Amino acid sequence: MTETTLVSIQCPLTTDAIIIGAGPVGLFSVFELGLNDVKCHLIDILDRPGGQCSELYPEKPIYDIPAIPVCTGTELTERLLEQIKPFKPTFHLGQMAESLVKTPEGKWRVTTDRGTVLEAPIVVVAAGGGSFVPKRPPIKGIEAYEGTSVFYSVRKMEQFRDKKIVISGGGDSALDWAINLQPIAKHITLVHRRDEFRAAPDSVLKMRSLVAEGKMDLKIANITGIQGAEGRIENILLQTENNIPQPLACDHLLAFYGLTMKLGPVAQFGINLHENLIPVDTATFETNVPTVFAIGDINTYPGKMKLILSGFHEAALMAKKVFAYVHPDRRYRFQYTTSSSDLQGKLGVVDAA
Amino acid sequence: MRIYCTDMDGKEHELMATEEWSIMEIIREGGIPILAQCGGSCACATCHVYVDPSWKAKLHEPNEEEVGMLDGAFDVNQDSRLACQIIFTKELDGLKVKLAAGSV
Repeated sequence: MTETTLVSIQCPLTTDAIIIGAGPVGLFSVFELGLNDVKCHLIDILDRPGGQCSELYPEKPIYDIPAIPVCTGTELTERLLEQIKPFKPTFHLGQMAESLVKTPEGKWRVTTDRGTVLEAPIVVVAAGGGSFVPKRPPIKGIEAYEGTSVFYSVRKMEQFRDKKIVISGGGDSALDWAINLQPIAKHITLVHRRDEFRAAPDSVLKMRSLVAEGKMDLKIANITGIQGAEGRIENILLQTENNIPQPLACDHLLAFYGLTMKLGPVAQFGINLHENLIPVDTATFETNVPTVFAIGDINTYPGKMKLILSGFHEAALMAKKVFAYVHPDRRYRFQYTTSSSDLQGKLGVVDAA
Repeated sequence: MRIYCTDMDGKEHELMATEEWSIMEIIREGGIPILAQCGGSCACATCHVYVDPSWKAKLHEPNEEEVGMLDGAFDVNQDSRLACQIIFTKELDGLKVKLAAGSV
């Protein structure tokens, strides 16, 4: 735990709106809220903003953003970050919003799995398909080994010293950890379904030479089972096509098959759910819990279409209602960025206008 | 026109198929739960299916991107495909697929 998170436990960070999810819709809501003088903090489990645009299709083209004939997921994210810059949002990345509770003062307190504590009168759930978490191999009973001998990430390398490790997967994570753990592990076996790897060419060369030198084993197979007891692996079962699975003795399994989306702790926030989606009032995008809003892919309403542009529209209507909560003493004024010197001032473009 | 999709419980469903739709869309619109998290852009490997071997000759070969994406699926074998990458044509009337673990 870092020093900053310790500080935040003792003294919660306060803001106007806590946005859960830093995907395109969460990012654009900073803009709409900013125009309404609502300051934001964003939380995202990924280590960078962009949500699915960053994780699933960073290089793939998107054609249906109004006035942008084509851009990639990365480009869309970069443009949104540029657009919301005047509002100076604070990001809490690489952490998952774990709980939502009301404080005695009537504010919302959101705590993350890394110990960050945020307080605000407004919460906006823009969590898309949920949290990105590692894919879990569909091996019977694997749960019993997770955290003791099956891992989906490496936090402390030392725990793998002098261990017999099986690393499965064919991408950068699998290869990087196979290469990095090789000097300290007792033995490493890399398991992949085919003898081709989608990883940095340097890593592939390095892995191939370690295998050629006899310092690492490479097995082309699927992992189909785990044998062991009380959370300790004894063998994993490796299967090559149409053959009987063969046991391979090891202490640890590190599985790297990429990420998948799970709704996660949002389900325990006390907000009404319908088939893992959050029903909202389409005039305000408020949930059944006043001052908690849901926008983007995570919400549902009659006619809902899971499009980025729908989420942008939802953000604008949400922001109008949030203004009324955050600034109850002020009258809502509908303005255009083209003509309003007030809005242009907030955007820092007054001189250019 | 139809396809047949076997779910994780081993139950076969007959689904109405529409030309030019992907097999993933046909399964999803047929009401069979399939994750297909990326929505059909060959970016997540959560629409992994096994195609009945008797149909293999009628399918185009998977491209490099699809084969690469299958690295993020489990229990991949020679019948494995991503359902979003198979486009239904009338030649595929009667196609049989089985959902793979990790796609539901």
